Amino acid sequence: MDNAQIKDFYRQMLLIRRFEEKSVELYSNEKIRGFLHLYIGEEAVAVGVMSALSIDDAVLATYREHGQALARGVSAKSIMAEMYGKLEGCSRGRGGSMHLFDEKTRFYGGNAIVAGALPLAVGMALADKMMKRNRVTTCFFGDGAVAEGEFHESLNLAVLWKLPILFVCENNLYAMGTALELTESETNIAQKAASYRLPSSQVDGMDVIEVAQKAQEAVDYIQAGNGPVFLECLTYRFRAHSMFDAELYRQKSEVKGWKEKDPLTVCQNRLEQKGLWIEMDIKQLEDEIGKVIDEAVAFAEDATLEPLEDLEKFVYSQEATK
Amino acid sequence: MSEFKMPSLGADMESAVLMQWLVKEGDPVTKGQVIAEVETSKGVIEIEIFEDGIVDKLLIQTETECSVGTPLALIRHDDEVKEEVPQKEAKTEKLSEVKEEPLAPLPSIQSDKIEPKVKMSEERIKISPAARKKAHELNLDLNSLEPKEGEVIQLKDLGKEVKRDTKTLTPDDGMRQAIAKAMSRSNAEIPHYYLSLSINMTPALTWLTQLNATRSIKERILPAALLIRAVVLTLKEVPELNGFWQKNAHQISKSINPGIAIALRKGGLVTPAILDAQEMNLDTTMQSLDDLITRTRANKLRGSEITQQSITITNLGDLGVQSVYGVIYPPQIAIVGLGRIIDSPWAEGDTLSVRKVMQATLAGDHRATDGRTGALFLDKLNQLLQNPEALL
Amino acid sequence: MSEPTTYREAVRQGMHKAILEDERVFLMGEDVGRYGGCFAVSMGLQEIFGPDRIIDTPLSESAFTGAGIGAAMNGMRPIVEIMTANFSLLALDQIMNNAASLLHMSGGQFNVPLVIRMATGGGKQLAAQHSHSLEGWFAHIPGLKVLTPATVQDAYDMVDLALSDPDPVLIFENSLLYNTKGTLDTKATPLEIGKALVHKEGNDLSIFAYGINLFKALEAAKILEKDGINAEVIDLRSLRPLDDETIMNSVKKTHRVMIVDDGWKSGSISAEIMARINEQVFFELDAPMQRVCTVEVPLPYAKHLEDAAIPQVDKIVKMAHTLMEEL
Repeated sequence: MDNAQIKDFYRQMLLIRRFEEKSVELYSNEKIRGFLHLYIGEEAVAVGVMSALSIDDAVLATYREHGQALARGVSAKSIMAEMYGKLEGCSRGRGGSMHLFDEKTRFYGGNAIVAGALPLAVGMALADKMMKRNRVTTCFFGDGAVAEGEFHESLNLAVLWKLPILFVCENNLYAMGTALELTESETNIAQKAASYRLPSSQVDGMDVIEVAQKAQEAVDYIQAGNGPVFLECLTYRFRAHSMFDAELYRQKSEVKGWKEKDPLTVCQNRLEQKGLWIEMDIKQLEDEIGKVIDEAVAFAEDATLEPLEDLEKFVYSQEATK
Repeated sequence: MSEFKMPSLGADMESAVLMQWLVKEGDPVTKGQVIAEVETSKGVIEIEIFEDGIVDKLLIQTETECSVGTPLALIRHDDEVKEEVPQKEAKTEKLSEVKEEPLAPLPSIQSDKIEPKVKMSEERIKISPAARKKAHELNLDLNSLEPKEGEVIQLKDLGKEVKRDTKTLTPDDGMRQAIAKAMSRSNAEIPHYYLSLSINMTPALTWLTQLNATRSIKERILPAALLIRAVVLTLKEVPELNGFWQKNAHQISKSINPGIAIALRKGGLVTPAILDAQEMNLDTTMQSLDDLITRTRANKLRGSEITQQSITITNLGDLGVQSVYGVIYPPQIAIVGLGRIIDSPWAEGDTLSVRKVMQATLAGDHRATDGRTGALFLDKLNQLLQNPEALL
Repeated sequence: MSEPTTYREAVRQGMHKAILEDERVFLMGEDVGRYGGCFAVSMGLQEIFGPDRIIDTPLSESAFTGAGIGAAMNGMRPIVEIMTANFSLLALDQIMNNAASLLHMSGGQFNVPLVIRMATGGGKQLAAQHSHSLEGWFAHIPGLKVLTPATVQDAYDMVDLALSDPDPVLIFENSLLYNTKGTLDTKATPLEIGKALVHKEGNDLSIFAYGINLFKALEAAKILEKDGINAEVIDLRSLRPLDDETIMNSVKKTHRVMIVDDGWKSGSISAEIMARINEQVFFELDAPMQRVCTVEVPLPYAKHLEDAAIPQVDKIVKMAHTLMEEL
């Protein structure tokens, strides 16, 4: 991991952080509607994992996917416009915050059914294997997904058929408002995955460098044709499940404790240790990021609404595809 | 100066109660700082401010419910001076804006003005959509199509002769007078002779059923039309019966305009003519009959149809009468009566079987024709009905 | 080739041809490989194409249906066989929330060219959980296409029609049809999805049916001829999309409608067809529309009870007489 890479990790995480903070403001002002699930606190997972993937790999994520989308390269403009429900959004305004899709970056959502994307990942990897394409399919999901049948079915199939999948479980200890220890008899998720003969490990999800290293190892393993890998990233969301959540299910002291491990802080410490932390660079970085976000908001504000006559489009394909 | 408003925390959030201010007037605040707590349906949630500044004025007191978007506080910025700002009306309590205009007064309902609905079953005519459409095309007055109680009018009913029990309503006085006059005159002036013949209708009806099976409902031929056609063709061979007694002389009519007895729903009988039936074939006879009945009921007959009958056919068989001996309408000289078709024993040689039998009668004016002509007519009518293909 | 073939063979031939000619096509489902298919439809295919093209899956309907969706999104043309429509309920989330929705949610970016085949229908005394007819239910969902091949020809043709479609297509095969025989012409031009087919012309009433009920309707029509009733019988072929044009043209001709539907009456495809006839050709009706559906009961095991519950030839004949009555 070279210095430039670490600095870039910080930049990417900061972009996600500021983007999410802006989203809070816009949602509070009713510019963004529906649901909003923030990635604040979990930035290291998306950024770290994404660094190990290449352009033609595929990514599937959950409804808490702004971080993954930004880290994957989907523009802040198109995400913001999407949340504004505008035509210029990455899903033409048809999806909203929970359904960000982008063909160019092979970003397959944005899936709102917990564990619903795991079978899709199995299928995508199956196709790659059948067509002998050396690609990795990465699937992000939360600790809540572990309870769903589809989780178990998918892991089983992935190992059985030796599919090139990177399973990334973002364990933030809560499935919406219910703590993991209240829903799982075995709370060690990596151990559960291992019972399917799936190579699994737990990762410090607050440390972007560790995530990146582990992700790279996993990708190497997968690309060598060895089958799937499971990473349980231990992380925490600093804000509520969604905007409309009084967080009655967890203690403020717990949140405070995790905030001390803020991934931005952890990364900052690393940079300071290496003598790379220079105040002037950071201010400039904040200004640049601020500008990107302001431009994204302006873009979204000016963007257009899809005409009503087009309402019934995109139910069926216009023409046969390749 | 900017406003700090009640934020939206969810698409289904309309309002929240301000529980606690965590800052006071004059305090500096920074972007992202939590400055108040609000109670929502889901519990108490902290709300944050999105800019730097100084709390200029707290607009809302604690324990107040405010809808989303309500200004809660005024925030001034470093370069501003505290100034008196006109207070904006806070939207409290009401979730939707109260309009200033008073509600329009409700119209007073006078119960005596509400017309009681007539019992639907008595007044509403049941008619299928297809029949309704056809009736509309034919300019038929739906109210004149009185079906039996509980029955529905369908397509087939629009072309049929009326075979309903006419209620004992008093018919039009004028019509009754006219009929009375004509009948009296007929009885007084015309020396009637009467002949009858039993006709085996089975071949004709069987043939008709087969013919109709190959046709759509619209093209089917009714037995009445078949009988009219048979009479017309018979008259071509026995033309003496088709005509008038006028000026003390027998006049044979060139056109065969059979007057068809049609009972009206209101009571009474009319006998409009199918004009120039000699030019028609079975199909066009059927169509003319259909059309005639329709227009009769709609009161849209032509003058010529009411005055130019050259003979009358009365078919009262559906009412259950086996044979009918009619009264000739002057100046006509004959009236054909066709009775009800019933299953009857029928002898052929040594065999006895059951056939559909109809009593055909002829009443003739003895001044114009005699029994022989009449007999010939009935005989030929019978022959024709035994070879129904010829009726086409 | 025009010789009597079974429906089962026709489906098999259709799949064989597709897998042979297009490397993107593969079959995936429970017991489709070594067992040869629960209804022997895929018998022999694994020996020909190998376990990589004919894949035996574990009992994970949700996962392997979702896998079919994912594979379709990523360039393949999978055929997912869900053993029966009864088990499709386990995959309903994938079918509705993914297959039917992805194209739309992504603003047109990702289409799902997936084919799902399922056996459907009751009548085999398999009781409540193994006798469902849910094709009308699935036809409610925008984004899906629902086919119900009745004839041997359609059993063959619809495999290719479905695979050529860029969107998810569900094919419902009534399991009692697998043994039926008919003529198969592999060279014939297939009748496209969304077109119904008039099997018998008539003037007195229109009988609309699909799947196995096509044959019950045709048999009933023969009986009705003897009674002097001339019925028109139409095979709907696809329940989504429905062929409004053919349906309305028939109604305009006969003015009387009967629909035969294997589903339960309430909220069924027969209700939908009646609603459309009402909307489009109300004034052509000379009598109320009628339907013969499955009685509203989970299907019972006892034969006499089950027989009484599902559409039968005599019920269709009786209903036709009702329809032709004077009102």
